[in-house]
Amino acid sequence: MKSLSHRFNHSFSSRFKRLQSGVLATGLSAAVALGAITTSPHVQADALDDIESRGTLRVAVPQDFPPFGSVGTDMQPQGYDIDMAHYLADEMGVELELIAVTSANRIPYLQTGQADLVISSLGKNPEREAAIDFSEAYAPFFLGVFSADADESVESPEGLADKTIGVTRGAVEDMELSEIAPDSTTVQRFEDNATTISAFLSGQVDYVATGNVVAAEIAERNSERAPSLVYQLKDSPCYVGMNKNEPALMEEVNRLIAQGLEDGTLNELSQRWFSADLPENFGS
Amino acid sequence: MGPTLDFLTLLPYVSELLKGLTTTVILTVVTTLTGLSLAVAVAYLRVNAQPWVRWGLGGYVEVTRNTPFIVQLFFIFFGLPGLGIKIDAITAAFIAMTLNLAAYSAEILRAGISATAKGQLEAGRALGMTTLQSYRHIVLVPAFARVYPALISQSIIVMLGSAVVSQISVFDLTYAANFIQSRNFRSFEVYLLITLVYLLLAFGMRRSFMLVGKRVFAYQQGEQR
Repeated sequence: MKSLSHRFNHSFSSRFKRLQSGVLATGLSAAVALGAITTSPHVQADALDDIESRGTLRVAVPQDFPPFGSVGTDMQPQGYDIDMAHYLADEMGVELELIAVTSANRIPYLQTGQADLVISSLGKNPEREAAIDFSEAYAPFFLGVFSADADESVESPEGLADKTIGVTRGAVEDMELSEIAPDSTTVQRFEDNATTISAFLSGQVDYVATGNVVAAEIAERNSERAPSLVYQLKDSPCYVGMNKNEPALMEEVNRLIAQGLEDGTLNELSQRWFSADLPENFGS
Repeated sequence: MGPTLDFLTLLPYVSELLKGLTTTVILTVVTTLTGLSLAVAVAYLRVNAQPWVRWGLGGYVEVTRNTPFIVQLFFIFFGLPGLGIKIDAITAAFIAMTLNLAAYSAEILRAGISATAKGQLEAGRALGMTTLQSYRHIVLVPAFARVYPALISQSIIVMLGSAVVSQISVFDLTYAANFIQSRNFRSFEVYLLITLVYLLLAFGMRRSFMLVGKRVFAYQQGEQR
């Protein structure tokens, strides 16, 4: 029933859905992994050593989920996750091998040893944490209230009082917003994402509740009303996934993420693919 | 397995339903009054005004009657801001419904007006009535009486058509139903309920129109029988 109502709310909500529906796949793959462990122990000595001796970093990336990963007009994979994979391989000084995966099979690829890392807009949840390990967050993924005014920001839901906010009815952001919005906030619900975006772009609503990915799409289409984050509703950043018990690889990936945050590499990626700086609280 | 009905799941949403119902009723009452008044003016001018006014109004009537209502609504709400004209959702709904009802009703009224013999108007003038008086008593009111049933139906059609204003986020009855459906996922119950509400609204509207007609056109009763 729920998925039915969500089917029409494309992009963010369905992406969120997808992250969540991965729970099932994770459970399944956990079972597969368990089988693998008991029948033929598939534990590498050290994944980082393997990568270095092989000279290739194999990364599972999405191919159907812009702006994280998609196929460009030149038929080459492109997106935040792709650039992230390139960054890691370059810094490690190895070749990069990209493996196109879907959200359902990205964790199995890891568990069956066909990929070293999963960089595939992967969110964290307890079921997944039981199956694989997660690095520090490398990409922002969140729902928020956005405004056309770049300098606006509120600290708490009370700051949304008296504002008129457009949202797609029934989407996750609608639920989150309805939960926290003060009584004086007018929530204008539209049928689908396209209509919500039209209402925002035409100036019928000055605020829109949506995901950062959709906000990036709007910014790309109409820079005059590029949405800028006012208040974050729900945060579910993306992490690099790897097999359990790989402390050396984990340390290396986390070191490179910290370095990328420090030297602005990740912020550049954010600007390139999300048309926005990384959120201020990101990585903290 | 048939659907299991559970109307109790609608209980927490009574205030939304009432809010939606109120909006639909207010929208309907106001647009029926404004729409029919505008229709009288348009019908009168289409018969009596300068040629360019007649053509202009003819254009308005034809464009409105030959394009989908939802497109007119979207044009006003999403399109006009492109020209710097920003109209909020409820006002856009009022305007779209009024223009829509007026265009159809003007056409209906024009037929009623055309049916009045010219000699009757001249007779009125001969009796010493002013132009306006004679037009009102001899042309307009009888014309209204003649096409009254068609006007009732047209007004009800616009009331039912008002369901699409939920698409531009007007909190009408349909918006309330969609809202509830997105929260409790009981589509069958909620849409069945508002179907009945719309049905009652339509019956109620027809009944009220008849009562008003009985009073306003009382003197016509003999003639019509």
